[in-house]
Amino acid sequence: MTWVLANLDVIAGYTGSHLLQALPPILVAFLLSLPLAKLANSRGWLRTSVTTTSSLMYAIPSLPLFVLLPGLIGTGVRSPLNIAVALSLYGLALMVPAAADAFRSVNREVLGSATAQGYAPRARFLQVELPLAGPVLLAGVRVVAVSTISLVTVGGVLGVPSLGMLFVDGVRRGILAEIAAGIVATVLLALLIDALLVMLGRAVMPWTRRQGARTP
Amino acid sequence: MIGFENVRKEYPGGTLAVQDFSLEIASHESVVLVGTSGSGKTTLMRMINRMVDPTSGRVHIDGDDVTSLDPVQLRRSIGYVMQASGLLPHRTVLDNITTVPVLRGTAKREARTHAHELMEIVGLDAALAERYPSQLSGGQQQRVGVARGLAADPNILLMDEPFGAVDPIVRAELQRELQHLQRDLRKTIVFVTHDIDEAFLLGDRVAILRPGGIIAQVGTPQEILADPADDFVSSFVGADRGARTLHVERVDGRDVVVDADGRPAGVLAASGDRSAGEGAADGRTRERSS
Repeated sequence: MTWVLANLDVIAGYTGSHLLQALPPILVAFLLSLPLAKLANSRGWLRTSVTTTSSLMYAIPSLPLFVLLPGLIGTGVRSPLNIAVALSLYGLALMVPAAADAFRSVNREVLGSATAQGYAPRARFLQVELPLAGPVLLAGVRVVAVSTISLVTVGGVLGVPSLGMLFVDGVRRGILAEIAAGIVATVLLALLIDALLVMLGRAVMPWTRRQGARTP
Repeated sequence: MIGFENVRKEYPGGTLAVQDFSLEIASHESVVLVGTSGSGKTTLMRMINRMVDPTSGRVHIDGDDVTSLDPVQLRRSIGYVMQASGLLPHRTVLDNITTVPVLRGTAKREARTHAHELMEIVGLDAALAERYPSQLSGGQQQRVGVARGLAADPNILLMDEPFGAVDPIVRAELQRELQHLQRDLRKTIVFVTHDIDEAFLLGDRVAILRPGGIIAQVGTPQEILADPADDFVSSFVGADRGARTLHVERVDGRDVVVDADGRPAGVLAASGDRSAGEGAADGRTRERSS
């Protein structure tokens, strides 16, 4: 505990850079998954191959990917871009199948009815289909967020500043409190982001929280 | 006026939904397309707002071929009411009702004021305005559906089995209110159902369809009952079961109307209270024979 109190500024600094590395890939994975999922759903054979590709992508061990990726995209191993691309790929691997499920969960009768009322295709997607896919999309984003926050620590091994540096450094110097602090801080950060996502979901999808209160 | 001219609809894969259908629907008239599943009735109705385009033949509204009209604009000019699932589950009652006016660019405040009036017209408590569809009963959802269909004050109202998902008592109430509404509004209504009693109740004219959208008979309910075109129509309207052949039996000094199976269908109104009862015997016949 004394170690933690003495190094609060270090922990705070690492938390900040941890967040900065985690948030863009979460956002990128979410935004890119939407068109990819729509595309996947439009053809039966495409859906199967997209799902398979996604699972395979997630099966790639993270450390080798972090090391190999620079060779493919021409960045340095410790470059923030390298980390961001790798994390976005993992995020996509989780998010594309989730988004495909989300769009399939939308009642087709409702979509047909929206068309019949005179929604043009783009407006129907943005105002009807996307919000109705929202609850399942949110479930996907929550998994992506927690997974990404956890994966950022791998960068610590390569020397990219993040909460992962605490356990790399802790192991090297034999400071148990530092290792524990790294793990606890990562978990707390993941829980915090998850809670924020849930609150955001309740704010932008008010209809999901008022279910059940039927009139007599 | 809505016209169907030799309309045919074939789906990829060879399913023939409609063979060759022609019908004229006059303005302010309510026409019910009635048939079993596979009769193509919903397909035909959806050709009016271009949810479905015919493979061949023409559908026109007031002389304009609908395929020459922009589908999105066309749909905004035609009211469309369907079963409960048609409401947008993520929009409140008020937002559902204002859907089409808002799409057409009416100011939100104006649309909302009008929506409140519509809620009153269709018998919805103003307290329900901010509820979501899932918080309403089936009957209330249908009322919202009707209000939404009327919100842009369309000349044409398409109704696709709108009361199919509610219980019989609520359905009867909704049918009665639709009749009253139509008396005031005089829309051109195309109504699709598989329930012949509903068809006879709500249609100025009724078109009975065989599979493939073939008209077995079209006419007023009275014409169809008085002179069924063939065995298919007789069996469809229940005339072959004796459900439509009524006779009067005298019980305790009152005239009881009984069908061919001996089921009492109602009491014959004395000539004096006929108007007050609004065809009481008539109404009962329908309930019992369904």
